[in-house]
Amino acid sequence: MPVISAAAVEELRLKARKLRQDIITMIYEAASGHPGGALSVLDILVVLYYKVMKIDPGNYLDPQRDRLVLSKGHACPALYAVLADRGFFPSSYLSVLRKIDSPLQGHPDMRKTPGVEMSTGSLGQGLSAANGMALAARLDNSRRRVYVVLGDGEIQEGQVWEAAMTAAHYRLDNLTAFLDYNGLQIDGWIRDVKSPEPVAEKWRAFGWHVLEVEGHDYASLLKAIGRAHTNKGAPTIIIAHTVKGKGVSFMENQIDWHGRAPNKEEYEQALAELQK
Amino acid sequence: MTEKIATRDAYGKALVELGRRMDKIVVLDADLSKSTKTALFAEEFPLRFFNMGISEADMMGTAAGLAASGYIPFVSTFGVFATGRVFDQIRNSIAYTRLNVKIAATHTGITVGEDGASHQALEDIALMRVLPHMTVVVPADGRQTYQAVEAIAGCEGPVYLRLGRPKVPQVIPEGLPFELGRGQLLREGKDFAFLATGITVGLSLEASQLLERQGINAAVVNIHTIKPLDKDLLLHMAAKTGAFVTVEEHSVIGGLGSAIAELISGNYPIPVIRVGINDTFGESGSPEALLIKYGFTVENLIKAGQTAMEKKR
Repeated sequence: MPVISAAAVEELRLKARKLRQDIITMIYEAASGHPGGALSVLDILVVLYYKVMKIDPGNYLDPQRDRLVLSKGHACPALYAVLADRGFFPSSYLSVLRKIDSPLQGHPDMRKTPGVEMSTGSLGQGLSAANGMALAARLDNSRRRVYVVLGDGEIQEGQVWEAAMTAAHYRLDNLTAFLDYNGLQIDGWIRDVKSPEPVAEKWRAFGWHVLEVEGHDYASLLKAIGRAHTNKGAPTIIIAHTVKGKGVSFMENQIDWHGRAPNKEEYEQALAELQK
Repeated sequence: MTEKIATRDAYGKALVELGRRMDKIVVLDADLSKSTKTALFAEEFPLRFFNMGISEADMMGTAAGLAASGYIPFVSTFGVFATGRVFDQIRNSIAYTRLNVKIAATHTGITVGEDGASHQALEDIALMRVLPHMTVVVPADGRQTYQAVEAIAGCEGPVYLRLGRPKVPQVIPEGLPFELGRGQLLREGKDFAFLATGITVGLSLEASQLLERQGINAAVVNIHTIKPLDKDLLLHMAAKTGAFVTVEEHSVIGGLGSAIAELISGNYPIPVIRVGINDTFGESGSPEALLIKYGFTVENLIKAGQTAMEKKR
């Protein structure tokens, strides 16, 4: 039985198309930022924020809410676009990304942006914080869940593996991690810079329940999340195979688009593609 | 003299007492709970204690996550591992976020002793003091440690609590109230003032007693909170005495002496002589032998006082 109807998938696809336009527009207006990773991670966030997470934008500090930590903080334009669309803050915020006095910082700031659960940006730290949130949920005897999104380059940080041991040791089955496996980091393909492979085997060896999906396929993502929810006694990581720059032809799989803004011509071309 | 007690021992006992009253207190340690004395808490509250193994960076981040969910984590390990090793984790996950994490570091300063330089935190105050939103507290004795632990559990925001390994005498009079950010004038004086923190408070009191026989009236102030500094008291003492000697079991760079010099230079310039570790690492030895070798003696403090007075205008 499909976990999501074809009509619902189409709805998400249209939503993601609009959010991708928001991402490109934000970064164009900010004249800096990280489009590649924001576009690769977006569909994971779309599934979580529109279909999975128990959250109430009108009461976003509800102690019983689900939490998401965007450990790869540089992808925050995707998170901001989603949070604005879900009503955590006015969409007018998007136009002041990275500008002076802005509620939307260049990397996520939990004290400035409603809906941001943890300040991130210094890579490698988000999984530890998510573990703490999952431990807190357990102490509270709460069924709330914690989600964390890691970058593939990010798992070169040693702290990630310290945290991986912690989550397994404490059997944090209320925690689900996502690996945005787009294969690229700033200096090139991660397999060339410093390969983290074999990725799935590593997480399995660290005691995790490991699933692999196509990271832009909503039905697959939802199915994997469902399996994560029912898995007991171990945390789950969903290795999401994604495309850096997904949705904009000239950005896809191009490392040049890790951390630069489009110029006017590129912006218009990207928008035209996303409006098709 | 009353019974000696190590500040780490007082910390361990205080945590247990607080744990009984405050169910949001949780404790994390990195495989040193027997030394940091958090094992006492672990024994009574096993479900609220998390041994994170030898992974301090992860421990700091986990504490941040617990704090973000309403808990009050006390995080303990030795001073070197609680600060320098995890500076970025504290900076980004705890200080920048203003999360309610209490970093209680034991085994700070030269009195770590025989383990030597790798384990002697002589720069931890400097590292924590430079972070926005961080409160830095150094209790002078066991009794004051009780008061400090209670105070920091009740305040909102990140705190660095600096504790020591060896047993130390009680130097703060019983019943003297403890307030974060407020220095304690332990002895009046007009010729100069010792501004001391941690275990050097007792030494400063001893030196001031000897000086009195020479007809010199040295004030002694316990600066248990290095950040935020007690500006009012320090400026009052500057006007009253005209010369300061700072004393700390820490590098003279970046710690108490630096903090006071920064305050004084811009507000009431007077000589500030800094006694501490003079830009060097420590070494192995007994705590007593190390204290003597690195200048934590009554004689050295008296000499510093004389220098401070000579420089008065």
